Amino acid sequence: MPTVKFLEFDGSEHKIEVSVGTSVMRAAVDNGVPGIDGDCDGQCACATCHVFVDSAWLPQTGERTPTEEELLGFASATEPNSRLACQIKMTNALDGLVVRMPAGQH
Amino acid sequence: MNNISLERVRDDAYAIPLDRLDVSEASRFQNDTIWPYFERLRKEDPVHYCNDSLFGPYWSVTKYRDIMAVDTNHKVFSSEVSNITIIDRTEEERNPMFIAMDPPKHDEQRKTVSPIVAPGNLAKLEGLIRSRVSAILDGLPRNETFNWVDKVSIELTTQMLATLFDFPFEDRRLLTYWSDVATTIPQAGQEIDSWEKRASILSECLAYFTRLWNERISAEPRSDLISMMAHSPATRNMAPREFLGNLILLIVGGNDTTRNSISGGVWFMNQNPDQMRKVRGNPALVPSAVSEIIRYQTPLSHMRRNALVDTNLGNKEIKAGDKVIMWYISGNRDDEVIENADSFIIDRKNPRQHISFGFGIHRCVGNRLAEMQIRILWEEMLSRRFDINVVGEPERVSSNFVHGYSALPVRIAA
Ligand code: HEM
Repeated sequence: MPTVKFLEFDGSEHKIEVSVGTSVMRAAVDNGVPGIDGDCDGQCACATCHVFVDSAWLPQTGERTPTEEELLGFASATEPNSRLACQIKMTNALDGLVVRMPAGQH
Repeated sequence: MNNISLERVRDDAYAIPLDRLDVSEASRFQNDTIWPYFERLRKEDPVHYCNDSLFGPYWSVTKYRDIMAVDTNHKVFSSEVSNITIIDRTEEERNPMFIAMDPPKHDEQRKTVSPIVAPGNLAKLEGLIRSRVSAILDGLPRNETFNWVDKVSIELTTQMLATLFDFPFEDRRLLTYWSDVATTIPQAGQEIDSWEKRASILSECLAYFTRLWNERISAEPRSDLISMMAHSPATRNMAPREFLGNLILLIVGGNDTTRNSISGGVWFMNQNPDQMRKVRGNPALVPSAVSEIIRYQTPLSHMRRNALVDTNLGNKEIKAGDKVIMWYISGNRDDEVIENADSFIIDRKNPRQHISFGFGIHRCVGNRLAEMQIRILWEEMLSRRFDINVVGEPERVSSNFVHGYSALPVRIAA
């Protein structure tokens, strides 16, 4: 199974196996990775699964959707590599993906 | 309420012809009998048209997923073209504020206010909030009946607001007063008996804050809300009415809602002693209990949208101009999304998955602050091993919007 590396704000690492088709948010929440909340359960309606995608992986993770763009506009401390983890679906090509978490979700 | 009267309410809820079922009657919220009416709508007519109510014709959206669909579709369901609660207001009676705006104006103004209640800033406030909570708790009477709403819920939320605005501490109860006035619908025989009276009191609020604004605009930017608004390009040229609107939004947004979650939490734990035992035994459950309290209370029963175009929702034809009410209080009891939704379970699987804060671009900007306040309160109560006994039925507010309490008699054993 492909894996994702989550880096908490304080640097703690979590390597999680994620089945293809599962969202990165779902993988974090179901495996109890702290720092991602996913309050809307992946409906792209809240921006509480904000992550920074490691720059090496940006091309493979694709573009923000328009709704995602709008919601990220309200999140705190966004960067050009900010994404909502619920909008990144796992593929084999993403095996080894690295994402970092912000100080907090808002 | 005893079982016989509960039965009677249920019978009534299921006996009313559907087309006459009107869930907007405030008395049912006040006497806590609203539940079977929503249960029936969720089962039999989840997107329900009521063509005759005190507030005119309106649609009720009662299921979680339908509410989510409305809340996240601001291009079809506007917050701007009419009021955002069930009661209609003229343009003049409405205060312009970003909760009642559509993009792009909403987005600009929200972005100004948002940083102050973002996680990084909140972490800086945590110590101060904890010391204020501690002082309130340590000053509470023992072995004596008192009103929890007044002594704790109101006092604590008022102190928090004063902190956020850096408002003169000794005048802080003015904030509660203005919040109450702003949410009052004038009624003959009441203190606020006309729209003019309401407007005149709120103009005192504006004058007070304008003074603070003027002090802060000429000083270095600081991290309180007034200073941030005075210095931010998106808000510093606000017209007075718009300034007042945003002040009211922040005062009301951060006041009744948190206050009623604080009261509701004590009431629910008392009604569910097994849950109280659970959190006593494992204080790590506090954050999850806080989310469950906010779900179970649903401090704002509804928000309203207005359809901009003809649209279809739950196989119903909603027409442009129609009034659409999202009943969060019902969505939070929707068994299709929330397991055992009618039960208060502090360690349920997905406690954060509730709809009390709304979703989409208007999702509550203060939600982390509210959670933090309530979390700190419970942490401090648990560490003091408080034994709080509710000694009478709570008194509830007569409103289909603010869902809360005016009194909760309690006694703390020495
Ligand atoms: C448990 C406590 C609270 C609850 C249940 C609550 C609930 C809500 C709801 C339902 C909305 C509208 C969502 C929508 O239309 O989709 C909202 C918006 C808002 N709330 Fe809260 N709220 C709470 C605490 C607070 C606090 C503490 C503040 C103060 C900072 C606050 C400030 C706001 C503001 C400014 C908005 C407008 C956001 C926008 O339109 O973009 N709220 N809240």
